[in-house]
Amino acid sequence: MEHIELFFKSIFIDNMVFATFLGMCSYLAVSKKVSTAVGLGAAVIFVMAITVPFNWLLDQYILRDGALAWLGPEYASYDLSFLSFILFIATIATMVQLVEIIVEKFSPSLYNSLGIFLPLIAVNCAILGGSLFMQSREIPSLGLAFNYGVSSGIGWFLAILAIAAIREKIRYSNVPAPLRGLGITFIITGLMAIGFMSFGGMLTGGDEAAQESQREAKVEIKKEEAPKNLISENTKEINQ
Amino acid sequence: MGILSKKDSKLILDPLADNNPITIQVLGICSALAITAELKASIVMTISVLFVLGVGNVVVSLMRNIIPPKIRIIVQLVVVAALVIIVDQVLKAFAYELSKTLSVFVGLIITNCIIMGRFEAFALGNGPWKSFLDGIGNALGYGVILIIVGFFRELLGSGTLLGIQVLGDPIAKTGLYALGYENNGFMLLSPMALITVGIIIWVQRSRNKTLIEEN
Repeated sequence: MEHIELFFKSIFIDNMVFATFLGMCSYLAVSKKVSTAVGLGAAVIFVMAITVPFNWLLDQYILRDGALAWLGPEYASYDLSFLSFILFIATIATMVQLVEIIVEKFSPSLYNSLGIFLPLIAVNCAILGGSLFMQSREIPSLGLAFNYGVSSGIGWFLAILAIAAIREKIRYSNVPAPLRGLGITFIITGLMAIGFMSFGGMLTGGDEAAQESQREAKVEIKKEEAPKNLISENTKEINQ
Repeated sequence: MGILSKKDSKLILDPLADNNPITIQVLGICSALAITAELKASIVMTISVLFVLGVGNVVVSLMRNIIPPKIRIIVQLVVVAALVIIVDQVLKAFAYELSKTLSVFVGLIITNCIIMGRFEAFALGNGPWKSFLDGIGNALGYGVILIIVGFFRELLGSGTLLGIQVLGDPIAKTGLYALGYENNGFMLLSPMALITVGIIIWVQRSRNKTLIEEN
């Protein structure tokens, strides 16, 4: 049950692009054609499915407070969490390199379609963001971490696919000249994000704790009372 | 600018408007959108990026002749990650509340495309002093957009600037609120950041026609 819940939550409610704006750079740069968007999206799913569980293991057994206890009792007091940025990014960069080598060796056709996107991915914020959110939301098990990686990747895939399709169509429309290209893409993404906000009511049937954590995750970025009230009012309205 | 030659001041001034990293080069959007619900967070983010990009550009530029081209991305990432850890620890020590607000977005400076983009495009091919100016210029260009967006979102969304109520008290109904004005809470939600940036791009491009793109 919690797997299904996390799966849908990461795709629709905490969508990487629309809720947290991660991976916007490549989202805007590579969304001119559907075919390239699909390639990059698939590569993101692939890399996230590998790096998030791997970084979960790193976090669990090396980085967090007292995680080194398995080496012996004298190591139990170490807290290496300040190193997490550098370790996570190193993992991601090496993983991307490794994946590139392996894919090239065993599946040249996949390499031809994914290959050019892999180097782009090392600096895609969605990948590092996935690992950092995994850490800050304290995802409890390896299975869930894998699930989180895959489903966030799918959410990102969905977003870039949708915007690429819209941009292919909008080429034939008469957009005001200064707004062409980047400007209209921003505004469309904003409208899509408003649309995705309506998925917020999807999980209200869950248990109390799950709802609570969902609300926390949403207001994580904004600490003021105002948005908190607003969001809870929104969910109330949807509940009714 | 007396101390800087014409070329050098161009390095700083260009990214502020006509070659702005956010609206023209399309770099570093993620953080620009996510943390701009308050002006204060925007300012802190600008300062952090200013530090990381200024110092990072100098470091990469100094090392540019000894970095093997094949592993340059990893080397660059390590440089940025080290600088970001410094920023993160300083924020945690002196502004704990704020570092909670920024949550993972301080860490995401590492993958902020402005940083990598400027390393690749500028620091790898130019000397340290020029790279430093380029870093400062681009970070300021990034900061200008962040501060504009943060200003409007905080003003229209919560009626405050830097936490000070500038439009009067919404509960006691003073100032503008006495006339029936209401805060637009929608401005605090994430989609409005995108639309605000879209409008900035619109305004900028209609003032400078050379920037208009083909579809």
